Amino acid sequence: MAGHSNYVPQSAAAKWLESRLPVISLVRGSFVDFPTPKNLNYWWTFGGILFFVLIAQIMTGIVLAMHYTPATTMAFDSVEHIMRDVNFGWMLRYLHSNGASMFFVAVYIHIFRGLYYGSYKAPREISWILGVIIFLIMMGTAFMGYVLPWGQMSFWGATVITNLFSAIPLVGEEIRTWLWGGFAVDNPTLNRFFSLHYLLPFMIFGVVILHVWAFHTTGNNNPSGVQPKTKQDTVPFHPYYTMKDLFAIIVFLIVLCWFAFYVPNYMGHPDNYIEANPLVTPAHIVPEWYFLPFYAILRAVPDKLGGVAAMFGAIAVLFVLPWLDTSKVRSGTYRPLFKQFFWIFAANAVALGYLGAMPAEGWYVIFSRIFTVYYFAHFLVILPMLGFLEKPRPLPASITDAVLKGGSGKPAAAASAPDTK
Amino acid sequence: MSTMIKMVRSFAAVAAIAIATPALSAGGEAPHIDRQQWSFSGPFGVFERGQLQRGFKVYQEVCQACHGLRQVSFRNLAQEGGPSFSEDQAKQIASDYTVVDGPNDDGDMYDRPAILADKFPSPFPNEQAARAANGGAYPPDFSLLAKARAAYRGFPWFVFDAFTQYQENGPDYIYSLLTGYEEDPEGVEVPAGQYYNHSYLGGKLLAMAPPLYDEAVEYTDGSPMTVDQYSKDVSAFMMWAAEPHLEQRKKIGFRVMVFLIFFAGMLYFTKKKLWRNVEH
Repeated sequence: MAGHSNYVPQSAAAKWLESRLPVISLVRGSFVDFPTPKNLNYWWTFGGILFFVLIAQIMTGIVLAMHYTPATTMAFDSVEHIMRDVNFGWMLRYLHSNGASMFFVAVYIHIFRGLYYGSYKAPREISWILGVIIFLIMMGTAFMGYVLPWGQMSFWGATVITNLFSAIPLVGEEIRTWLWGGFAVDNPTLNRFFSLHYLLPFMIFGVVILHVWAFHTTGNNNPSGVQPKTKQDTVPFHPYYTMKDLFAIIVFLIVLCWFAFYVPNYMGHPDNYIEANPLVTPAHIVPEWYFLPFYAILRAVPDKLGGVAAMFGAIAVLFVLPWLDTSKVRSGTYRPLFKQFFWIFAANAVALGYLGAMPAEGWYVIFSRIFTVYYFAHFLVILPMLGFLEKPRPLPASITDAVLKGGSGKPAAAASAPDTK
Repeated sequence: MSTMIKMVRSFAAVAAIAIATPALSAGGEAPHIDRQQWSFSGPFGVFERGQLQRGFKVYQEVCQACHGLRQVSFRNLAQEGGPSFSEDQAKQIASDYTVVDGPNDDGDMYDRPAILADKFPSPFPNEQAARAANGGAYPPDFSLLAKARAAYRGFPWFVFDAFTQYQENGPDYIYSLLTGYEEDPEGVEVPAGQYYNHSYLGGKLLAMAPPLYDEAVEYTDGSPMTVDQYSKDVSAFMMWAAEPHLEQRKKIGFRVMVFLIFFAGMLYFTKKKLWRNVEH
């Protein structure tokens, strides 16, 4: 990382520090002088957006934790205390809860960008795997955060999800008891979830550093998928991408603030404004929207253990994706068949999300099964085969070449066009 | 730039479908709830003071016997963005309520008149007592009800709601419930202690007797003393009780939006100028 730094310390103090701990050149090499492909489009700004949202979530979360009480008898009221009595507490909480949703919006776009442009392929497999790990920790963090207000959906969501672990053969029941800290979702569960909800974001932060380190070692992927060859192919990260990312972050903030200030409860469930009651089960227990595709996969399998295995398998398959895709070409821009399957896969994922919100009955179940099978088929059958069946379009000689050619190298789908102003 | 517009458009389309699959979309046969006009809807919505005061009066004279308001403090009544009672009026209102305090130096709990810092005392000491007094039904606390109930919004309406800022499904539902009592329809067996209500989410039969009737509450500001008006007023009051900082939220939200859009514009042109010599 520091290898890219052009920094030469001038002042005596800087020389003193650099000879002992070269932190200035480390930062300069990573975020100032770092050579970045000049053709990154706006889909690439979501990495910076995600970093910003992570920091914002940690900051609002730390202040919320100062006013929150993790006890079953007081948790619900302490959240209302934040909403009513704490100065701007409503703003912190709405930014934090909607921020979590927008975090997932951004991470899904980021993941799909990686899928389209083949960012998981050699030499960036480690970056991709670390990203999947971040996604997993994020899911855990969001799930436990949703339990904290101790509303009806918090409680019953926690009950449903923790019960999944009891499906594990032989030790399932013991694992569930161990997770609960007792024989039902109760005070010990809430306490440990609060503790973990505070811990996990810092673990995410750590893995994010590794994630960035990995792709700063290999260099960024880019819309053409061709490695930079000359200095003409790259620009220094600062000011080019700092400015572009900052613009994207502010546009993203506009969307977040639209929700937080104008429709703050849009993405929540009304039942979560009813205090948790172990004796009353809600008519429909639904997870937060960002879990719905996985929830649909879980319910598509008629067997409990099978459902749990399929749900975790849906994420596990991402870990081996770099070795499932047999095509030598990275960018979907030059893969005419892959491009079509990519959009079918995206539509399939959205459809699974819709089905996850529907009751598990009738046609909904049948479609859930079809789409679940397709989800796995995309990774396990279609991607391995495409590499052999597809005839990719000719690759540009370099990034500069791809940029200059403009039209010819551009994909048909508008959304994936490289930014050409 | 055109790519950006396309990107924003495709993002908006996919995101709208993806984000907007909230839990509301689950559910079988939901009653149809008509949308009402509310002064507090939209980006510049504010509560109407008179309506909140009238709604509070309906609450005090009709609902309070069974429904608590335990998250709301008496001081909130004099708070900005609420019914805007003066501090003296709020003190007066508080003093009409009795709360339990203590223990005193003798170790006994004692009753005293409420002060501004107190929360509204609940009508029943616990859920069991409430059920015992109401034929087994539990009258829910009012503090959050306007956010804990919602009119059903199916696809594709919930997608549009994100853009039109429709957040009033709670008060719409409450209004609809209060005005939704009907004569028992033919062929429907209504057991004793149950009442037929076409808007009730829990399945048409409700344990609450029609609580309002015309002229039940005396209005002094010339507003019509009808079930319809009472229902609207108390629904608005309940929305305030559930979201006492709604006005402040929308006001700050607007300033935030203006700033962010201006800032984004400046950044866009800065970025454009910076990149002008780079073919990308």
